[in-house]
Parts: sequence; structure tokens; C-alpha cells
Amino acid sequence: MTDSTESPDLQRRSGLTRLKEGTYGGFFAACAAITLLTTVAIIVTLLSDAVAFFSQVPITEFLTSTSWSPNPRGGGQTFGIVALVIGTLTVTITAAFVAIPVGTLTAIYLSEYATPNARSILKPLLEILAGIPTVVYGYFALVYITPALKATLFPEMSTFNALSASLMVGIMTIPMVSSISEDAMSAVPDDLRQAGYGLGATKFEVSTGIVVPASISGIASSYILAVSRAIGETMIVVVAMGAQARMPTVGETVLGIPFINPADVLLDSGMTITVAMVQIAGGDLTGGTLPYDAMFALGLTLFVVTLVMNVLSDIIAERYREEY
Amino acid sequence: MSNTESETQTETEASDSLITTDVETGSNGRSAPSNRTAVAARDLNVFYGDEQAIDDVTMEIPENRVTALIGPSGCGKSTFLRTINRMNDMIEVCRVEGDVEFGGKNVYDDDVDPVALRRKIGMVFQKPNPFPKSIRDNVAYGLKIQGFDGDVDERVEESLKGAALWDEVKDQLDSSGLDLSGGQQQRLCIARAIAPDPEVILMDEPTSALDPVAASKIEDLIDDLAEEYTVIIVTHNMQQAARISDRTAVFLTGGRLVEYDDTTKIFEDPEEQRVEDYITGKFG
Repeated sequence: MTDSTESPDLQRRSGLTRLKEGTYGGFFAACAAITLLTTVAIIVTLLSDAVAFFSQVPITEFLTSTSWSPNPRGGGQTFGIVALVIGTLTVTITAAFVAIPVGTLTAIYLSEYATPNARSILKPLLEILAGIPTVVYGYFALVYITPALKATLFPEMSTFNALSASLMVGIMTIPMVSSISEDAMSAVPDDLRQAGYGLGATKFEVSTGIVVPASISGIASSYILAVSRAIGETMIVVVAMGAQARMPTVGETVLGIPFINPADVLLDSGMTITVAMVQIAGGDLTGGTLPYDAMFALGLTLFVVTLVMNVLSDIIAERYREEY
Repeated sequence: MSNTESETQTETEASDSLITTDVETGSNGRSAPSNRTAVAARDLNVFYGDEQAIDDVTMEIPENRVTALIGPSGCGKSTFLRTINRMNDMIEVCRVEGDVEFGGKNVYDDDVDPVALRRKIGMVFQKPNPFPKSIRDNVAYGLKIQGFDGDVDERVEESLKGAALWDEVKDQLDSSGLDLSGGQQQRLCIARAIAPDPEVILMDEPTSALDPVAASKIEDLIDDLAEEYTVIIVTHNMQQAARISDRTAVFLTGGRLVEYDDTTKIFEDPEEQRVEDYITGKFG
């Protein structure tokens, strides 16, 4: 400290300055509140309309009936979600089979093997893949993937089918898996790789035995996010999978589970929960009708499933968090 | 007390006492320097791009002894260490000329697999870097990747005993290696390095991130390790080099090996004025 005689300026700021500070804080809080309010509003609407629906259609019928036919014209209305769940599961599982392996291996390549040059080209390319509108993916599946599969592997495939749509959803979610997993892997300190190499590990052993386990929580989160995305995907499915709530033939039970031939589900058209909602929303429906309320029951189902997935992802991330 | 402080203090002490009194330099009860050479560098030059990090170094490092590499920052001592097990291969701009012989074989020959080489030459780093795995898995890692088919648990125990850590961790082998203190982590890294039974252990300033008590435990350990292994250690701490090593190599700026001799000789009667200036703290 110098021996200056003047005391430092510790004066309280003027009222205007403090008011300005307070306003900034309030403005930022208001922006944050928009998200919160929207979420709450969505949950409230979903719940209230879904409750209205379940007062007319028993929840047991909704969950167990295999027939989905919400249109009051042309016979009886039935609201069974089973065929839609089968459609959604088909798309989600098939997409996961594409996105998880390809995305993870891409992430390992980008984080551990790629030269800085290769990485600087590939990462933006993957981001472009993530930026393509899903309706474009849908037409791509319908116009290119389906004819290609038909011409080669599955001649009996119908024009609208679950397989093309699912493969496309899988491809669409690859960037999500690869980008989040790559971030997690790149965050692993180089010290750990050095330790591995110092012990005579190969690049493959370091990547799979050290880097991947150390970043497993980030990788698992990317899987859950990708799966949630696949569950909620709508446009690709609307365009490429057709919109028939078709219940596949259920065969003998195997180990207590009714057996459904995957080919029957994959090669023919089908409908997912999201598509059923779009179909209802696209019709001329007024509020208060039963199909309108059914839309919210479907929405609530999806919401619960993705919420569970998100919670699960947090638990996994916490459980397997390896600090380094 | 921070590390920097403790090191500075030690170095000041060194400048007072090293030349005049007979501190515990060298041999540490081991017999006269071994005649057998574990590692030898011949006309070794290392470049990072256009910059020369090692300038024409030729030296023979004896088996089952502790050899210290000392010198000011940027003198190339760490580069030299990493040249021995080819850890510099991973740096794209690094270029090596000349020979590094290990067991009579030039490790830079085309038919040498750096992975196989590193299985014979263990390494301990400056900052303790245990894997985010259990203590047992840390020690067993090298065994696992090398396809060790003996009793892994027994080898883990031996290695932890060899690293003077067994008594502290024997009841918590399944807990994370990262739950240990810094000094224990470094001993865990030493256990991990010796588990696959290498011939040489390279140590790159292994105590510089540790407190003085933990550092002194590592020093005692290094002394024991030399019974079985050839230890090559880079250190900033001259007192440490004087205490634990049998042979000392002094690198000065530009990657030149200025003097290499028995530790006693280097610290008591160096040939080169520059070495004396360095170890008495006139620069560095």
C-alpha cells in the first residue's frame, strides 16, 4: 500500500446504477421463466385433456387394445395404443442399432484416431448431417432407401415401410451420438493416454480400455438422448413409413413374450405414436371431441416415456461418473 | 508449504553444503557401478521441427543403478527420457537421429515395435495419473494388455508391496485409485509400472507434484527399486539427485550432455565449471 492520504473511493453506487443492475437481473430471470412457464403450461394441458380422454375411454382399454381407429366415420371408434407402441418401438430399436454403433465408432475415430486435418473436415460434415430438415430425410428414405432395399435385399417390401424409416431415423441420430460422445472422450485428460502408452498399450487398447470407460457417462447420455430423439421423431416416419395403424400378426408366445415376426413389422407400413398424433391434428377436429382428447393421451404417453429416459440418463451419468 | 517453496529451499541448502560436506551421495550401499549397460545412446540428436532438443548425446546407462538426469528447464532431459521408450513417436514434429540401444538393439530400428518396447520399459510421470479404475485394476492393467497368464492377484499384491503401498491399501483394492492421496497415487503408478516386470523404469520428475513427506517416501522407494530395475530419473531437485542416484548426467541448455559421471564425483568435484555453477545454484 502506498502512503497516500486520499482514502480510496468506496462510495456506494448511485441509485440509478443499482436500479440498472436490478433490471438486468430481472430481465435475465424473465427469459429463464419463459422456459419454465412453457414447460408447466404443456404439462398442465397434457394432463387436463388426457384426464378428459380417460374419463371416456378406460385406461386399460387404451393400454391393451390392439386396434387404433380414432375416426368416428366408418364404424366404431377404438383407441388402443398397442399397435402404435409396436411401431414406435420398432423405429426406436432399429434406429438405435444404427446410431449407437456407428455413432460410437465415429466418436472414437474422431477423438482418438483422426488427424487434426481429418477432424476439421469431418466434424462440420457431421454437423451438417444434424442440420438437415427431417422432412428431407423422410423423402430420401422413401425415394432412395426403399427402392434400393427393394431392388436388392427385400423385393417383397411395401413402398411405405418401417425399415427404411427406421434406418433413416438411425442415420439422423448418428451425429447426436458421435458429437456428444466425442466431446466426452476428448475431455479425458491426455495423462491417462500417456499412462496407457507407457505401459505398452496399443492405440486400440488405449481407446477402448481407458478412454471409453473414462467417458462412459457422457457416452451413455448420448445414447439416451439419441433414443429419446428417435422416439419423438415424426416427419421421417410420416413420410416413409406410411400411416396405417397395422397390428402385426402375433404368433406363439416365446418365453412368455408373444412372438412377432420382425420381418412382418419392418417390411410393411406401420404407425408410431407421433404419427397418430399428427394424423389427428391434421384432420378437421374441433376441441372437445374424443379423438382430439386422444391426441393428448398419446402426447402424455410420449412425455412420460421421454421423461423416464431423461431421468434414467441422469442416473446413469451420476452412477458411472468417473472423475479424472 | 507449496512445492515450489520446498524445492527452492532444498536447492538453497544444496548450494551451501554439497561441495563441502559429504552428503549421502551415490551408491546407497550398492556395490561398484555395474559393468553391464542397460541403455545406451549413441550420437543421439532429437529435433522438434527445426528446433534441436538433444544435441549429439552419447552415454551408457548402467543396469540396476539409479541414473539421474539433471539440468535447467528446457535442457532436453525429459526429451531424452522419452526418447528411450519412444514416447516421442506420438509427437508428429519430433525427429530422432542416432541410436538408442536397449539390450544391444537399437530401438529406432525399423523392426522394433514401440508397443513391445514400452512393455520392457516402464514409465512414471510427473503428475500422478492413475486410471479412473479400482486400485486392483490399475495395477493389473499392464498385465491384462500383455496377456499375463499367471496369478494376477498375487502379482498385484507383489507390485503394491514393491511400491510400498500394500499396507495402506490392502483393504480397499476395489476402491478407486483416485480416492488416494497424491503421494499414494504416485506409488500406485509405480506399482502399475513395475507389475509387468519391466527391465527399466523411467521417471519424469516423479516427486515434483508431491509434498515433501510423500516425496521422501518415493525417494526411499526408488532406492529399493534399483535392486531389481534400472531406474532413470529426471529431476529438477539436485538434492534429490544427490541423495538417490548412483550416476548423474548434467544436461545444459541446447540439449547438450555436459558431464556424466558418478554422482559423488559430479556433486563434489565436477570437471566442468558450468556444472559446478549449475549445481551450486549460480544459474538454473
